[in-house]
Amino acid sequence: MSSKTIKIALAGNPNSGKSTLFNSLTGLNQQVGNYPGITVDKKTGTCNLFSDIKAEIIDLPGTYSLYPKSLDEKVSQDILCDITNLDYPEVTVIIADSSNLRKSLLLLTQIIDLKMKVVLALNMLDVSRDLGIVIDKDVLSEELGIPVVSINARKHEGLQNLKDTILDVSTPKKTIFSVSTLFPVLIAEGNNIRGKENDYATFLSLCKQKLNNNSAVKIKLEVLSKDEGFNPTRSLATETVRRYKEIDKILAKCIGENTALIKRNFTKRIDDLLLHPVLGYLFFLLVLFFVFQAIFSWSQLPMDWIDNGFSFFRNWVATNMPQGMLNDLIVNGILAGLGGIMIFVPQIAFLFAFIAFLEDTGYMARVSFITDKILRGFGLNGRSIIPLLSGAACAVPAIMSARTISSSKERLITIFVVPLMSCSARLPVYTLIISMMIPETASWGMFNVQGLVMMAFYLLGFIAALLTAFVLKFIINQKEKGYYVMEIPSYKIPDYKTVIYTIIEKVKVFLFDAGKIIIAISIVLWVLSSYAPSGAFDRIEQEYANVENAEVVIPSKKLEVSYAGMIGKSIEPAIKPLGFDWRIGISLITSFAAREVFVGTMSTIYSVGGTDNYSIKQKLKSAKNLETGEVFFTTAVGISLMLFYAFSMQCMSTIAVVYRETKGWKWPLIQLLYMSVLAYMSSFIAYSILS
Amino acid sequence: MKKLSELQIGEKGILSSVEDDFLEQQLLEMGVTPGQVIELERKSPFKDPIAILVSNLLLSVRLSDAEKIIIQIENE
Repeated sequence: MSSKTIKIALAGNPNSGKSTLFNSLTGLNQQVGNYPGITVDKKTGTCNLFSDIKAEIIDLPGTYSLYPKSLDEKVSQDILCDITNLDYPEVTVIIADSSNLRKSLLLLTQIIDLKMKVVLALNMLDVSRDLGIVIDKDVLSEELGIPVVSINARKHEGLQNLKDTILDVSTPKKTIFSVSTLFPVLIAEGNNIRGKENDYATFLSLCKQKLNNNSAVKIKLEVLSKDEGFNPTRSLATETVRRYKEIDKILAKCIGENTALIKRNFTKRIDDLLLHPVLGYLFFLLVLFFVFQAIFSWSQLPMDWIDNGFSFFRNWVATNMPQGMLNDLIVNGILAGLGGIMIFVPQIAFLFAFIAFLEDTGYMARVSFITDKILRGFGLNGRSIIPLLSGAACAVPAIMSARTISSSKERLITIFVVPLMSCSARLPVYTLIISMMIPETASWGMFNVQGLVMMAFYLLGFIAALLTAFVLKFIINQKEKGYYVMEIPSYKIPDYKTVIYTIIEKVKVFLFDAGKIIIAISIVLWVLSSYAPSGAFDRIEQEYANVENAEVVIPSKKLEVSYAGMIGKSIEPAIKPLGFDWRIGISLITSFAAREVFVGTMSTIYSVGGTDNYSIKQKLKSAKNLETGEVFFTTAVGISLMLFYAFSMQCMSTIAVVYRETKGWKWPLIQLLYMSVLAYMSSFIAYSILS
Repeated sequence: MKKLSELQIGEKGILSSVEDDFLEQQLLEMGVTPGQVIELERKSPFKDPIAILVSNLLLSVRLSDAEKIIIQIENE
């Protein structure tokens, strides 16, 4: 017997437990894909409905209705209203939070009136009953004319019943609100034009919703609405009000006294603390402190494991594979690139563990509530605070976390400015240069000068990010209206499974989508630094074969004559005004892979044996200016170099992630250009003043 | 009649009208329909946004939006 697959769409309000139900149904059988042309992720998964019947489930973004206002909502509308859409479902499951049933029913009744097969899943009926809300689900089912099942997505309860119901469901028996009572002539004419007897679909297409119309029909409908003096915006409002009247009539028959005060009082008491003008911010600082600890310190151990594991593996491959270019490509190109990708996994996992946890408890909406006013002035919103501050640890997970910002303009600005925050990869560069320029014992009053300079650079990144955001606020033009009325959900105990699935999803997206680009750039960088015009490497090997320290001098000289070295030398005139020479030029090119590579390249190019900070520092300190013979690393050069690293986009992983998150090359390239110019200008100005 | 932005904390009123079509539609979809009771539960530390309670649902509203929401005070 051949197996059959049916398409199911999962829809519902934000915070209704939709993702939990999706996770419970599909488990690990889920993928994240793209909707063409937009930045919304498409989550799909499969599960078994019956022995030989499989379901392909699409998890639609949370929405309140079929009238789209944000991109996320438009996705749901495009799929549910367009019968020719590839994802058009055979059955739609609407999940509703039982303690807030009223607003879930708007979307549900719209779907019923589109005459689609639909099942209502009442989530956590038992919890709402404890709160004093009694829902008679049989009466509700009778009134709505569709099957209603009770589930608890978290506890996996009622799922089998839901699956059985999906298999049995038929087209709705009733129309909840007949829109033709409002516009009898218009709808009848519209039906004629469209050649379909579906009043509600006709109404939605008259409201200029994107529906399954060929262009001739579309034009006719436009003429019709003009002739009838049809005002889509007002009509939608009227229709929504009337629809809610019907919903209230239905609810009056099947819902008991609404006395859900226990939960609210509990939430209100916690809010008194967490939204308090002083305590609220203190608590938020505490939360931030933990998030920082996690991405800065706790992830260090797994990052070291990954680092050591890859080093070990690279050594093993290097010695056990036949020597030659292929060996080198695998070890220094591909494996180095892979290692460079994997190293981000712990930070991504930790940040998203926190974010999913805080989001699930309901706290993230509160963070937004207390920070919105401050950030709004900079073109950001309350949801930008976590990405922005996480950027001080690593821009990669930070940019991925900007997903939670629903206004696309504010999200774009956040993504754009996050890489200006001083991330942990700048730390080794800063540490090296600071320790070279400033004696460890230098102090300014009770403060250590090294520490003060380090702090100043972190602050500088933050200020640059805010100022850039402020300017972008006026530059970026977005027609889409923002979405500022936000639900502040009641507190609840977070579901550990949601946290785990979020981590898995984010890590997968990063590894597969951004990973491809990172590997490609790694290979290009490898080619540049391991190839040279023919014969150049041989000459070096012969020339320096017998010098003292041949094993450190030869790689240094080889790097100098390689293509990367040639580029480094050729850009010298451009970077000379910043106080840099070709040796730094080469390091700038190789550290495009990641900023911390700077330290390694510097140690190679200055032929330092070993890569510990102490020996590099000594070697660099004694480095001479190749023209004047004086000390090369003056304070002016040091500050200029640090400024360059503070502002330039020396991170291919960030570029890859911005590409992934904005779904195109436009923004990563603008960002690269902007940051390069900013870095160049500030280094130039600093060097000119200081030297 | 008062603007929502003029409500005191704890004060209640009945939603009368919204002077912005986009905002009105957004509120309608979240179930905030004319005739419903709105209570100003609290203000954020910088007095903007504000949190309103409508049929067991807590909503965060920016002050600039709250100025467009007209409320009928119950005892008027």
